[in-house]
Amino acid sequence: MKGFEPQIVAFCCLNCAYSAADLAGSMRRQYAPNVRIVEIPCTGAIDQGVLLQAFEEGADGVFVAGCLEGDCRYQQGNIRAKKRLKALQKILDETGLGGERLEMFNLSAAMGVRFAEIADEMTSRIRSLGPSPLKRKWKGSAPE
Amino acid sequence: MIIAEQKPLAEIAGFVKDCERVLVAGCGGCVTVCLSGGEKEAEILAGALRIKRRIEGRPLETVTYTAPRQCDPEFIEAMDCVVQGVDAVISLACGVGPQYLAERYPDLPVYPAQNTKFAGGSRAHGVWEEYCGLCGDCILHRTGGICPVIRCPKSIQNGPCGGSQKGKCEINRDLDCVWQLIYDRLKRLGRLDLLKEVAPLKDWSKSRDGGPRRVIREDVMI
Repeated sequence: MKGFEPQIVAFCCLNCAYSAADLAGSMRRQYAPNVRIVEIPCTGAIDQGVLLQAFEEGADGVFVAGCLEGDCRYQQGNIRAKKRLKALQKILDETGLGGERLEMFNLSAAMGVRFAEIADEMTSRIRSLGPSPLKRKWKGSAPE
Repeated sequence: MIIAEQKPLAEIAGFVKDCERVLVAGCGGCVTVCLSGGEKEAEILAGALRIKRRIEGRPLETVTYTAPRQCDPEFIEAMDCVVQGVDAVISLACGVGPQYLAERYPDLPVYPAQNTKFAGGSRAHGVWEEYCGLCGDCILHRTGGICPVIRCPKSIQNGPCGGSQKGKCEINRDLDCVWQLIYDRLKRLGRLDLLKEVAPLKDWSKSRDGGPRRVIREDVMI
């Protein structure tokens, strides 16, 4: 996968992960530049169809980052998101894309360092998995 | 409502393996309520099929449309414009929907995306249970509002069998004996006398023996 730079979309809850990403920036904490952040009101609001759309439109990996379990502003949003992501991972496995390209993380708004770690961790995982098979087949080219 | 469960993706993908453009038709009725075939599920299924086919190197084009109900001809007619140019239709309705679509579009293959399970209701979020056997001759007035036809594994009509132990069914120890439930409820209501009534033989001719059933009401015809 020489030269492959993963494109990762991160759906971040504005009450925690989004602020954590902000904090990571304020702390001048470096992390992989492959992550594009999308702010969402709560991970419980995430729609499985939107996550699929992210993959269809070119994401090599997607992660959803919500509050620590027990700390959701809306009580259960992150717990529900976890279950929905698990179901979607199964669908991704069935499509051949691979459920491991989708992950859920939990962190608080104060965990800027952890956000940077998550971004690096996910980038490293996707880099080792290679480009999304959608890109490979769609462009009709061999893996980079 | 009718409870249905989506078929595995591989099975649905197999139905349309030779198609290049399909309509994924959701239903706004029961399957929307039981979260298996509404607008959202239609989009997810269409997305999953597109991804699978792109990975296989044979892209599939999808159109999605969710009718308010697939079991009414007037709502099926509204789909005429969206079926233009598709090679097949995948219906996310219960078993009624694909049949209505097949009748409306005789030249198009119509495939079911659901396994239709039963008539029932939700017990909790994500849990649905069978409550009605659609026997056509309701006896709930005699059984305290609890149906032995479908909720007793043996459909026993006149009291518990010998397998009823401590209120549980011999078929499944997690299952309440429905006749125990009936007894307890009638006792609470002070209507145990209902159990002493000699009930007529159940008229199974109103059930599924005579082929498809039909209800005709001239008063609502226009």
